[in-house]
Amino acid sequence: MAAHLPVLIVMVPLFAGLFSPMLGRLKLGIVWPLMVCALGFSTFGTIHMLAEVYRTGQPITYEFGMWPMPTGIGYRVDLLNGIVLVMIAAAGLLSAIWMLRPVARELPDAGRKSYYAIFQLCCAGFLGITITADIFNLYVFLEIASITSYVLIGMGRRRQALYAGYSYLIVGSIGATFILLGIGHLYMRMGSLAMSDILAQFQANPELYQLSDVKVAFAFFTAGLAIKMALFPLHGWQPGAYTHAPSPSSLFIASTSTKVSAYAFYRLCFSVFGTGVLLHGIEGLRPRGIPEIREVVLAMSCAAIVLGPLIAIRQGDLKRLLAYSSVGQIGYIMLGVVLLNEDGLTGGIIHFWNHAAAKGALFCVAGALVYRTGASRVADLAGLGRTSPWTGGVITVAGCSMIGVPLTAGFWSKWYLAAGALEADDVFVVPVLLASSALTAIYVWRLLQLVWFAPKDVQPPVDQEVPWSMRLPSMVLAGACLVFGLTPWSIDLARSAARALGVAS
Amino acid sequence: MRDVLEHLWTHYHYVFYIALMLIGLWAVLAKGNLVKKVIGLNVLQTAVFLFYISIGRKTGGTAPVLWDDKPSTIPYENPLPHVLMLTAIVVGVSITAVALALIIRIKRGYGTIEESEILALDEADARADAEGDA
Repeated sequence: MAAHLPVLIVMVPLFAGLFSPMLGRLKLGIVWPLMVCALGFSTFGTIHMLAEVYRTGQPITYEFGMWPMPTGIGYRVDLLNGIVLVMIAAAGLLSAIWMLRPVARELPDAGRKSYYAIFQLCCAGFLGITITADIFNLYVFLEIASITSYVLIGMGRRRQALYAGYSYLIVGSIGATFILLGIGHLYMRMGSLAMSDILAQFQANPELYQLSDVKVAFAFFTAGLAIKMALFPLHGWQPGAYTHAPSPSSLFIASTSTKVSAYAFYRLCFSVFGTGVLLHGIEGLRPRGIPEIREVVLAMSCAAIVLGPLIAIRQGDLKRLLAYSSVGQIGYIMLGVVLLNEDGLTGGIIHFWNHAAAKGALFCVAGALVYRTGASRVADLAGLGRTSPWTGGVITVAGCSMIGVPLTAGFWSKWYLAAGALEADDVFVVPVLLASSALTAIYVWRLLQLVWFAPKDVQPPVDQEVPWSMRLPSMVLAGACLVFGLTPWSIDLARSAARALGVAS
Repeated sequence: MRDVLEHLWTHYHYVFYIALMLIGLWAVLAKGNLVKKVIGLNVLQTAVFLFYISIGRKTGGTAPVLWDDKPSTIPYENPLPHVLMLTAIVVGVSITAVALALIIRIKRGYGTIEESEILALDEADARADAEGDA
């Protein structure tokens, strides 16, 4: 069975999702435990594979139907996507546990079993995007994940959710169509869809980067993925979607969705086009890659890093505030790839985990607010620390990690990104990172002030702690922020992953 | 100039695919009616199908069917882009289905499928929420 683990971690949630509506017809009560078991299996499977890859230093490959890779479709797990797979499966499992109570409150009974089913299909879609070694397969899983996300968002209680889901559908489909066009242009030149095969051709002949269809392909990929990951200024769909979606959807989608698209960009740059695609050539010789794209992505990331938190400061709705903060955080991950050195990549890769943990924990708090008050107004956080100290602790730890306070996980992301920026001679990135931390500190302080220092005479709108099924996942996520901040192993893992991608150190 | 024209003439399928793609994108961006946007999206996807199918074309090519287990000397069309588009068509149909389902619920919720009217209603809702807080 261990040999089939790569395919099982995707197929188990996929099939559990397909059977959920049928089983739910027999007995609604068994759907939720089934979902937790399926995602629990995926979580342990991904952790096992990551440990295996780290121990042996060899990627795990899985070929479907014994067809060797350039002909058939294959899955491949190396350190980079091992890290992302663990993030997706763990976020899926924790959201699944967390949603037990809120789903009963935020969705009608009739919608519940389909909600569980679609949630699992969405997890399977994200896992598939991450694990596949074939670019067309990547597109198919991208669409599975996107279509289910549109539905997960559109199932919100208020009518705004429908329009938010629709807007995301339109914009997301344009992005996915661009990716499909990119695949077409690349296939036209390379005659192959297997990532390793295309990479080998580029490495054998770097002149290929100068062909216009390769340039067009890379540009389409970048634009399509930038829409999907809500990279500033293509983030228009994202705040509405996060704000109006049901809380469990916001929790899962905010902690994984955009980062999976960012991962797809990592995969394209390092395993499809090869690192050379982003590099400048040597003076006097023909240029080497397509450095213009690197400059554009660098500018967009820096703009995101500063403007995301800047817009977040003045939001009155907690979910919308966190959505704009996510716009900024995706900038960090994209910064990691365009700095193109080991330190920068380490920072970008650990930020997958660090941001998923911190943003997941904060969306748990937003969900708790919705659970108790029916809305997610920032003002309703007043006095939360007095009535529910555990939730108050979670928002404090996760908020500190967002700012990048030393000893929390967020600090190390920024530390390595800053080191990478100095090494890459993009010195202006360092003040950008500091400005972003300062702006983040402003909005996090605004939240913490309400939570802990509300005037004594204010009656806290959140009158009691949320149930344990919601408290436990949020505490695990907040705990992860501290564990990643205090122990070096997650950084070691990210550094090995960065080294395996083969950039100059 | 002559080169460019000749290139366009010999690769006229690109002209059609780009024209269709732009028509689709224009409809998605410029139309206010939600159903028309979905139609635009379909045109956009059709443009991509056309592009894929045309890159698999070979002059004088036949169907890629293997007779008598002998390696064929007759040129044949590349079947792979066709297969890929089969998947993409299924994806396009699912997206259209989800979009239309959302539009039906939007019509029930808002009573309109004009984007500008929906945005105005959303804004009114947001203002009502803000007043409720104050």
